[in-house]
Amino acid sequence: MSSIQERQEEIIEEFSMFEDWMQRYEYMIELGKSLPIIDEKHKIEENIIKGCQSKVWVYAEMDDDQVNYTADSDAIITKGIIAILIRVFSGQKPEDVMNADTSFIDEIGLKEHLSPTRANGLVSMIKQMKMYAIAYNSQQQNKA
Amino acid sequence: MTNTSEQILDIKKIRKDFPILSREINGKPLVYFDNAATSQTPTQVIDCIVDYYENKNANIHRGVHSLSQIATDAYEGAREKVRAHFNAEFAHEIILTAGTTHSINLVANGYASILKPEDEILVSAMEHHSNIVPWQMLCQKTGSKLKVIPMSHKGELEMDTYKELLNENTKLVFVNHVSNALGTINPVKEIIDLAHAVGAKVLIDGAQSAPHIKADVQALDVDYYTVSAHKICGPTGVGMLYGKEDLLNMLPPYQGGGEMISEVTFEKTTYAGLPHKFEAGTPNISGGIAFGAALDYMNTIGFDAIAAYEMELLKYATSEIEKIEGVEIYGTTPDRKTAVLSFNIEGLHPYDIGTLLDKMGIAVRTGHHCAQPIMEFYKIPGTVRASFSFYNTKEEIDSFITALKKAKSMLL
Repeated sequence: MSSIQERQEEIIEEFSMFEDWMQRYEYMIELGKSLPIIDEKHKIEENIIKGCQSKVWVYAEMDDDQVNYTADSDAIITKGIIAILIRVFSGQKPEDVMNADTSFIDEIGLKEHLSPTRANGLVSMIKQMKMYAIAYNSQQQNKA
Repeated sequence: MTNTSEQILDIKKIRKDFPILSREINGKPLVYFDNAATSQTPTQVIDCIVDYYENKNANIHRGVHSLSQIATDAYEGAREKVRAHFNAEFAHEIILTAGTTHSINLVANGYASILKPEDEILVSAMEHHSNIVPWQMLCQKTGSKLKVIPMSHKGELEMDTYKELLNENTKLVFVNHVSNALGTINPVKEIIDLAHAVGAKVLIDGAQSAPHIKADVQALDVDYYTVSAHKICGPTGVGMLYGKEDLLNMLPPYQGGGEMISEVTFEKTTYAGLPHKFEAGTPNISGGIAFGAALDYMNTIGFDAIAAYEMELLKYATSEIEKIEGVEIYGTTPDRKTAVLSFNIEGLHPYDIGTLLDKMGIAVRTGHHCAQPIMEFYKIPGTVRASFSFYNTKEEIDSFITALKKAKSMLL
């Protein structure tokens, strides 16, 4: 099981092979298309993050001591970035997700998509993923 | 361009007036097709702002010193240019505001103490949020009813329903001259005349028409007309509210402060006359003066030539984009439209198209264009909107079409 740090480094390495923006975006579009779609029953108003530009749905469940995320978006490039974030955060301990930083997104040349003024729902999505992690973490601590 | 277009405007010369048009975005020459959001600024207007701060900067209307008089003369000179451009009867009917949104809020706020619960307000289904929300807020305050003039699938207002909606309780009608999301030119003269027949007053939001159509407020007999300078080659943060003299006199002031008073004691304040009653505080002086310079610039080129040239660009872009399979255009009123091309490609999200076009140096707007009711009407999340100005070219449209095809092939 690789850590958040290791997965981020893997992704940075993958992206370093691309020569131009077009290859990077083609790859993201591919990732977006292959993203496991969120279960329809979770694709509800409660789980929606409305951006001005695109919508994002995100849902999280605990599996033993790991948090698993599923998500979707109506825009494919947004979905590609979601796929990357899920790859990094799914299957990790809530505590690790809570404390993780997402600066690797800058390193793979996708910084613009995480700008708070972009209004595509991604910044709020990361916040939401961390909120889930915080909630599950405190649940675990209460049990312990 | 074709020979005809070259005869209309000297595009090469015009483009040299806009320094920003020679910059690159993402390593590609900028193709700026987001003119309906804001227009670019010519050197003549930029120089005017620089000149103001280098040579004229002083507070206006209150200084006895010469510099203050120079600044005041320049500012009031700009107001006169705005008056002349829109053919208002008096310069004091031109309130210089922060822009269209400010202008609309000024009027809406004024009616809060005038309207009664039984009164009705009509807005069109194709309004920008800035011409919906202030009226909703007004209705909340007064208990008046907000009713909507519906639109057809082509993007035209349904005038028969409008006529049915009008009655003796209708006090105000708000319609944009041109829709920002679709480019439709609304039949404002007819709308105004019909409203006046039942005694209602009309505010026309001219934010989108001003870059293309020289409105004559007296010929239209419009009660209020609003414009933002930044859509017509001027700076941001300045615009106008035109209002008929008697109506502006009737409206209470919007904001209190300096400049807008005649006499102040702690017991009572007497307000200044028009236009100062509505211009509290130090205004955007350089912006106001540059607004005048922007109108000078556009009038030198000529609005008839601008409209004719932009129509050619729109027709060319429309015929080229229609060759791409799966394209749907919104707002299909061919002869009553400004140079706005609002569209989607089947199966693709506007955000994805806009993102890839940006990578290729092409600036378009994507999303709901602050007109969510229109998107709801068409049941779409948004559109891609390419909006053209007189400094754009057919070659830029070619680059846009090539980039659009590339984006489509990447996404599908």
